Amino acid sequence: MKHIADWTVSENKRLSADFCLLKVRLNDELPEIVPGQFVQILVPNAPNTLLRRPISVHFVDYDTHELWLLVQLVGAGTKKLSELKVGEQLNIVFPLGNGFSLPSAPSSRGGGEAITPPLEAGGGGRLLLIGGGAGTAPLLYLGKQLKELGHQPLFLLGGRTVNHLLQLAEFEKYGEVHTTTEDGSHGEKGFVTNHTILQTFAISSQRGVMSTGTPAACSGDTPSTIAQIYVCGPKPMMQAVAKYAKQHTIPCEVSLENKMACGIGACLCCVEKTTYGNICVCTAGPVFNINQLTWQI
Amino acid sequence: MANLSINIGALKCKNPVMTASGTFGYGLEYADFMDLSKIGGIFVKGTTITPREGNDYPRMAETPSGMLNAVGLQNKGVDYFINYIYPDIKDIDTNMMVNVSGSTIEDYVACAEKINALDNIPAIELNISCPNVKQGGMAFGTSPHGAAEIVKAVRKVYNKTLIVKLSPNVTDITEIARAVETAGADAVSLINTLLGMAIDVERRTPLLSTVTGGLSGPCVKPVALRMVYQTHKAVKIPIIGLGGITNWQDAVEFILAGATAIQIGTYNFIDPTISVKVVEGINEYLDRHKIQSVSELVGALG
Ligand SMILES: Cc1cc2nc3c(=O)[nH]c(=O)nc-3n(C[C@H](O)[C@H](O)[C@H](O)COP(=O)(O)OP(=O)(O)OC[C@H]3O[C@@H](n4cnc5c(N)ncnc54)[C@H](O)[C@@H]3O)c2cc1C
Ligand SMILES: Cc1cc2nc3c(=O)[nH]c(=O)nc-3n(C[C@H](O)[C@H](O)[C@H](O)COP(=O)(O)O)c2cc1C
Ligand code: FES
Repeated sequence: MKHIADWTVSENKRLSADFCLLKVRLNDELPEIVPGQFVQILVPNAPNTLLRRPISVHFVDYDTHELWLLVQLVGAGTKKLSELKVGEQLNIVFPLGNGFSLPSAPSSRGGGEAITPPLEAGGGGRLLLIGGGAGTAPLLYLGKQLKELGHQPLFLLGGRTVNHLLQLAEFEKYGEVHTTTEDGSHGEKGFVTNHTILQTFAISSQRGVMSTGTPAACSGDTPSTIAQIYVCGPKPMMQAVAKYAKQHTIPCEVSLENKMACGIGACLCCVEKTTYGNICVCTAGPVFNINQLTWQI
Repeated sequence: MANLSINIGALKCKNPVMTASGTFGYGLEYADFMDLSKIGGIFVKGTTITPREGNDYPRMAETPSGMLNAVGLQNKGVDYFINYIYPDIKDIDTNMMVNVSGSTIEDYVACAEKINALDNIPAIELNISCPNVKQGGMAFGTSPHGAAEIVKAVRKVYNKTLIVKLSPNVTDITEIARAVETAGADAVSLINTLLGMAIDVERRTPLLSTVTGGLSGPCVKPVALRMVYQTHKAVKIPIIGLGGITNWQDAVEFILAGATAIQIGTYNFIDPTISVKVVEGINEYLDRHKIQSVSELVGALG
């Protein structure tokens, strides 16, 4: 069930020059919201921002009825969102889209017409959550749920500089965090796909071993294979990760950010080419298994 | 409570507020947000005789007070509609109407004939004005002769209410309106989208995969209103006015300009409950002005 309601801004924190963390509170119980879903926000007092803006669910706090949004300031609409004051109202359509599949609870998906079959992440491998820039947003809530299901999520977060790496302390609550920056200001220098943990996992998966040893970049006696990759970020990054996943036959889900008008499957503006033809990202996605996409990777 | 009911030919509507094709899916997409039975009618997505994949992404670009779209009539074809969609929507308690699109006269006729057989579809809207497909209906909709040909051919096989949707991309919309009236249309709806374009200056590329697309939203309202006004003077058949309606005031403007009913398109994306609000707003307006029936307002410019 989708809803439309006015939420109240409970916090709006500038995290860096380009990002803000916006928390909004509903005066009511929250419906079930699953990781990977998004909301459509009506930007107030912004005559030049006609359409709603799609923003991922960054985190859900059922106790306080709060929704967290991680917003990158790229234009007039997102800038306006970053200027909202505590107490202001925000009209939101929610929750939208399908959401990621959760390995031990494949049935707990959202209301979308999911075309992605549930994952079979058996074998005890690690779940790798890869994000870049604003694309890290949906991974926090995903990581939390995965941890609650008994997994040990491994986050690999990339940004241009240290200022583009966000919420690291929050991510650390739910799993092990690795980072890359293009200028080397935090974590390894380069892109996420160059990170040593991917190299290490690649070697062990090529050997086809379920090693009991510990890969250099991993702590504890956790398995050294990747059971599943979840990725959200700029398209070239998602494609590079998808390519890696395909090479190593690791199941991989990507979260797309196609331009949207309605967000509810009514306008057919947001389509992505899939093996099923042109499919709406707002209802059948935003999460897709890479095998369903026609990316040339 | 004023009398909000209106007739479009033989079509009876509980109120003059409808939702525009391509912006309201099949109605069900909005069922979580509003009571669909509260509005006068729903025009479902443009339907063609065979399935269409539509145009490539990107298909949408926001522009000042509006948006461009180049969806290109993506739909699963009329047979899929009949077998898989119609059963789910046929009992919605409002007029469920199909927007019939095509590339050739034969396509339109075949599609209309199939829809004619569906008991709970009381009307079709013939889309001779889609700017987003190569041999799209707009080729027919921009000449009085072409428009009349299509309408005559469809009229032969379609015996319920036949509404013809007109393109604003013409020099004189009243010529086309008169031609389709003479050819047997029961009503006209106007306007479809205005052909437009937007460019990404950094990449030096068009923002739409098709370069040009259809402009809709608040920015087109003055043009749409003017065309409704002119058409009202030119034809006797009822007019359904649309283009940029965002609230009840806009709707009343269209009715005063000569529209018997109105449709809401793009604004459904911004407020999925807008159509119900417009019904309520028109009702309050009529009560406030002590007008008994909304039909008294049609073309009632001082
Ligand atoms: C399902 C989904 C989830 C999203 N989640 C988040 C999120 O959690 N946090 C976040 O900051 N952003 C997210 N986005 C992207 C966000 O919607 C856009 O950045 C926003 O709409 C831009 O609005 P604006 O008015 O600020 O910029 P505009 O003035 O509209 O555009 C400014 C620039 O941003 C680009 N842009 C606009 N929309 C998009 C888009 N959908 N994808 C990529 N680039 C775009 C434009 O091409 C332009 O160059 C998400 C998008 C989708 C579809
Ligand atoms: C995304 C989108 C898809 C559309 N698809 C159709 C269509 O299939 N058939 C049609 O006749 N008109 C279509 N239209 C045009 C609308 O029905 C309407 O005529 C136009 O948008 C003007 O009204 P508005 O300004 O209220 O949106 C579409 C418009 C939009 C924005
Ligand atoms: S944004 Fe309208 S169908 Fe997806």
